Amino acid sequence: MWEFLINPWPWWFSGAAISVTMFALILFGRSFGFSSNLRTICAIASRRKVKFFDFDWKKETWNLVFLVGAVIGGYIANTYMNQGEAVQISQATIQDLAALGFGDPSTSASGVQPDELFAWEHVLTLRGFLILAVAGLLVGFGTRYAGGCTSGHAISGLSDLQIPSLIAVIGFFTGGLIMTHLLYPLIF
Amino acid sequence: MRFIKYLLVGIFFGILMAKSEAFSWYRIQEMFRFQSFHMYGIIGTAVVLGVIGTLIIKKFKINDTDGEKITFNPKEKGFYRYFLGGSIFGLGWALGGACPGPMVVSVGYGVLSMLVVFFFSIVGTYLYGEVRDRLPH
Repeated sequence: MWEFLINPWPWWFSGAAISVTMFALILFGRSFGFSSNLRTICAIASRRKVKFFDFDWKKETWNLVFLVGAVIGGYIANTYMNQGEAVQISQATIQDLAALGFGDPSTSASGVQPDELFAWEHVLTLRGFLILAVAGLLVGFGTRYAGGCTSGHAISGLSDLQIPSLIAVIGFFTGGLIMTHLLYPLIF
Repeated sequence: MRFIKYLLVGIFFGILMAKSEAFSWYRIQEMFRFQSFHMYGIIGTAVVLGVIGTLIIKKFKINDTDGEKITFNPKEKGFYRYFLGGSIFGLGWALGGACPGPMVVSVGYGVLSMLVVFFFSIVGTYLYGEVRDRLPH
């Protein structure tokens, strides 16, 4: 059992575990939607000066606690459940990424995120910093505009057969495909 | 103490994002290049089980742990906000390789520079709040 858990989880197990997360929150009377935390943090920081952030954020404390748990979970996964193996992606992806100047996952320090984007020597250059900043801005702006992120729309919304969530997910892929296939060759 | 259950579910979520590798930029690139079934299998399994479970909760009118009836809030009708907002999100998701949950899991995993992406996602949400009234929804 432990042997199974410390190795990379197969897709069916991972997908079922996401469902467990969602239903645990639903049974606690909440819902699975991570990016609401971004709005909550803005509400705390802005002290309600902007209308969109003028709400009783204390009711969302549970989700911030969930966020803290997610950080701890990442720490546990790396510290106690890590076999030291890099992510095993397909050979085709390795080749595509190599053409853009990215080494395969085993060349990165973490084995999960590329050094070409996340090593400090790159992050602390203007170009490297801008790439991460723009990525964050797009995610944060887009998720609130769309009213949810991968958890809120792709998992919770599709599970409730919500048409708006399907439109949002189609949007996620439209943007993702444009970035990957049209913009990556220009950026990298 | 009443928050400890959310901490535990959060820890479970963090471990699952890491061990499923769904928090990896490499996996997101592989997904957007349609070169592996992995991410589609994860999301597909979660949605299929999610649909079944949601139907069961509605059909049997299951209560939550506080004894309140579980309700699902339908999303507001609309097109522009979902498609345009979703597309903007997708651009960032593919660029940084992470959506908000996986960002903080990465930080816990030791990729501290992901804090830059997370910080700017908060800034992005703030900007949305500022210009919200001028956007089509």
